[in-house]
Amino acid sequence: MSGVRVLVGTRKGAFVLTADGRRKDWTVNGPFFEGWEIYHVKGSPVEPNRIFASQSTGWFGQLVQRSDDGGKTWEPVGNQFPYDGVTGTHQWYDGTPHPWEFARVWHLEPSLSDPDTVLAGVEDAALFKTTDGGATWAELSGLRTHTTGSSWQPGAGGMCLHTIIVSPTNPNRIWIAISAAGVFRTDDAGATWKPINKGLLSEGIPSEAAEVGHCVHRIALHPSRPDTLFMQKHWDVMRSDNAGDSWTEVSGNLPTDFGFTIDVHAHEPETVYVVPITSDSVHFPPEGQLRVYRSRTGGNEWEPLAKGLPQSNCYVDVLRDAMSVDSLDECGVYFGTTGGQVYASADAGDSWTAIVHDLPAVLSVEVQTLA
Amino acid sequence: MTRVVLPAHLKTLAGVQREVELEVGGVVSAASIIDALEARYPMLLGTIRNPATGERRPFIRFFVDEEDLSHEPINAPLPDTVARGASPFFVIGAMAGG
Repeated sequence: MSGVRVLVGTRKGAFVLTADGRRKDWTVNGPFFEGWEIYHVKGSPVEPNRIFASQSTGWFGQLVQRSDDGGKTWEPVGNQFPYDGVTGTHQWYDGTPHPWEFARVWHLEPSLSDPDTVLAGVEDAALFKTTDGGATWAELSGLRTHTTGSSWQPGAGGMCLHTIIVSPTNPNRIWIAISAAGVFRTDDAGATWKPINKGLLSEGIPSEAAEVGHCVHRIALHPSRPDTLFMQKHWDVMRSDNAGDSWTEVSGNLPTDFGFTIDVHAHEPETVYVVPITSDSVHFPPEGQLRVYRSRTGGNEWEPLAKGLPQSNCYVDVLRDAMSVDSLDECGVYFGTTGGQVYASADAGDSWTAIVHDLPAVLSVEVQTLA
Repeated sequence: MTRVVLPAHLKTLAGVQREVELEVGGVVSAASIIDALEARYPMLLGTIRNPATGERRPFIRFFVDEEDLSHEPINAPLPDTVARGASPFFVIGAMAGG
């Protein structure tokens, strides 16, 4: 029988939540790597029992763990992420030049076709690649050495490369997003990159429509529409229908268009999910009510989804990598909160239940649909 | 043999229960001890020193005979008690954070 495996990264370890296709009864395994920050855990689409985890602390730095048995056992793989060549500088918060310094891996993106190949997005922003299952990592330095690189600045959470999307139809095309530089795309497998932020407007930078400098929080794509991207920016929900060459705002009737995460229904490419958060100075939901908003029209028209979610006294946040969808016939949607809940919906968001209530703050949620 | 006491997280990572005994070649310093430690336990690579700079990570401390030697040059010879194995070399995770 089909089933799902939800991979949860938290501030104090990783957890693996499993259920059969009904998604009612859950088994919770973990914590793995207890006490460590687990920014991201993600499995290989081609070999689902191969899973990679980014493990770090301020004390001991970065590790990468790999499991080849679906998350039961793990082994550390390569943790060296050397910047390629002269590292140069980016802008610091005060505008002064600051050398690129590796801090941690925010996001691991296993290849769509090769179980030994994974892309890693790191802080300070750069993209790395392994082709040997994680043993060694080499930088795709065409991104960091882009002519705008010296002007990139960190967001409040650090200058992180947090989102990686490889085109499902063209392996040479990759999108990445950096806070607070914006979205970049390569069409030659990472050799050269261009910023694709036309249409984004951001207050708080010298020119609202600048080529770079936008605090993009997350982008998402449906595999059947490889030219359509959705974006949750610091403020504003955006979409592009030309692979990011230009963007239009689709915030529509959202109660607030600040937020972190965004995702697309597995079978309906115009059905999009966001979790509105009050503001950048108030990182919790409006009026203490946790609501996912769903658009079935590709944006602009949004409906609140609240059934099963706390509707009073709820002051958690939902971070950028903390939402995922499964691909069962009735699409499941999952998200984790900084309060340690992981919510699941087995009916595309109509109703929700908490799989777990009391994990450490959730940093990332990925779901695997198992045959 | 040089004796090394690791903080709890690194013991778990290395799969060791107690202090570690190592053969350290040449001058016994923090750097040469960590070189030997990383050779024996590759999973510890980069966890004590920043691999980009070779320097001690900011929240790591080195203690010997109840003295904090963290701010000595990382290649400086350690007291003879460490080289002889009379005293362990303590790698400490600093008290910080939550």
